[in-house]
Amino acid sequence: MKVARAHPLWLAYLLHRLSGLGLALFLPLHFWVLSYALNDAAKLDAFLTLTEMPLVKMAEFGLVFLLAVHLFGGLRLLALEWLPWSAPQKTWAAAAVAGSFLVSTTFLLQAI
Amino acid sequence: MPERDHLTVTVQRGGPDAPMRPQTFEVPAYDNQTVLDVVSWIQQNADPTLTYRFACRVGMCGSCAMMVNGVPRWTCRTHVSKVLDGNAIEVGPLRNLPVIKDLAADMDPFFDKWVSAEGMHHPTRTRDDAIEAIDPVTMERQEANAGIECINCSVCYSACDTVAGNPDYLGPAALQRAWTLYNDAKDANKDAILDAVSGTGGCHSCHSMGSCTTYCPNELDPLSAILGLKRATTKRFFGGRK
Ligand code: HEM
Ligand code: SF4
Ligand code: SF4
Ligand code: FES
Repeated sequence: MKVARAHPLWLAYLLHRLSGLGLALFLPLHFWVLSYALNDAAKLDAFLTLTEMPLVKMAEFGLVFLLAVHLFGGLRLLALEWLPWSAPQKTWAAAAVAGSFLVSTTFLLQAI
Repeated sequence: MPERDHLTVTVQRGGPDAPMRPQTFEVPAYDNQTVLDVVSWIQQNADPTLTYRFACRVGMCGSCAMMVNGVPRWTCRTHVSKVLDGNAIEVGPLRNLPVIKDLAADMDPFFDKWVSAEGMHHPTRTRDDAIEAIDPVTMERQEANAGIECINCSVCYSACDTVAGNPDYLGPAALQRAWTLYNDAKDANKDAILDAVSGTGGCHSCHSMGSCTTYCPNELDPLSAILGLKRATTKRFFGGRK
């Protein structure tokens, strides 16, 4: 029998696991590319021109998205596990963090 | 909802000796009908060899839980109209437990883990002492009260994917029991409880996915109980006291 389990907390768990695995697969690649900065700067520059391509841009967006999802998912879990707050308190705290993140990131993006 | 006079009910048949296979029955539909009524109708009118289990029929005993359209449920208090998929229902034995036969799951592993989690009474007094007065408003008592209505139905245990992936995991109900006793002023051995739930397969195996709390028919919250155990065991590890 197919098991039905798509409730919000389970989906959050799935997202966290998939983003974590995605990051684990990506990081070695990331460090390998960065190593060219030390060993072969020309090669790194050649590689970085690639990042102008739309497909690679999309992939980059995906990775930053994975990290953001995993970071906030991880903070959510840490809050859930370590702060014995009531459900409404947690909702308000999450809303406050998300709101301030939105404002400060918009500010940062404007500034650079 | 369209008028219908029959339901198409698929039940899983089989057990250790015969592989599980689905069998479909047409069952008369009524306005007020529980999933347990449907299963009983099949056993009484269509196939007397269908094996299933129930006792109280009113959500007290915890013996009637089955998978219904992929979700573990207490069948005696689950109305057909709430779970109908089109005109069909699929009923199977509880997940994550061995099958005795057909719809009857073997609850032994579930209860064995209840004991492994020190879900047993460690008395503070003997029968010769006066009964201890309990203050109902303390934080500890309220934490303990939150979990005492568990009917041992194993719905949470069947819903939990960590149990599915890790046979040693004690599971939500046993861990919730441990947390209840840990907060009980009448329990004399809190350290034994924390020892039992901090090893392999203990509370730290839980991934907080919350299927236990979502599906518990008594609206209990094993997830929060497990989070409590995580804090208590971690505090003890770093030398903190309760
Ligand atoms: C950005 C800061 C990060 C935070 C706050 C964080 C937090 C967490 C937490 C709390 C868990 C436990 C989840 C659970 O119990 O199910 C976890 C799991 C995991 N993390 Fe991270 N993490 C971070 C970065 C990373 C990075 C960079 C990687 C990749 C190397 C990664 C890979 C994983 C994987 C594979 C899991 C297992 C997923 C699971 O158990 O479901 N994490 N993370
Ligand atoms: S919260 Fe923990 S015990 Fe409950 S279903 Fe998820 S893993 Fe299982
Ligand atoms: S916690 Fe809820 S779902 Fe789990 S055994 Fe107890 S009553 Fe059943
Ligand atoms: S028959 Fe007792 S809980 Fe369903």
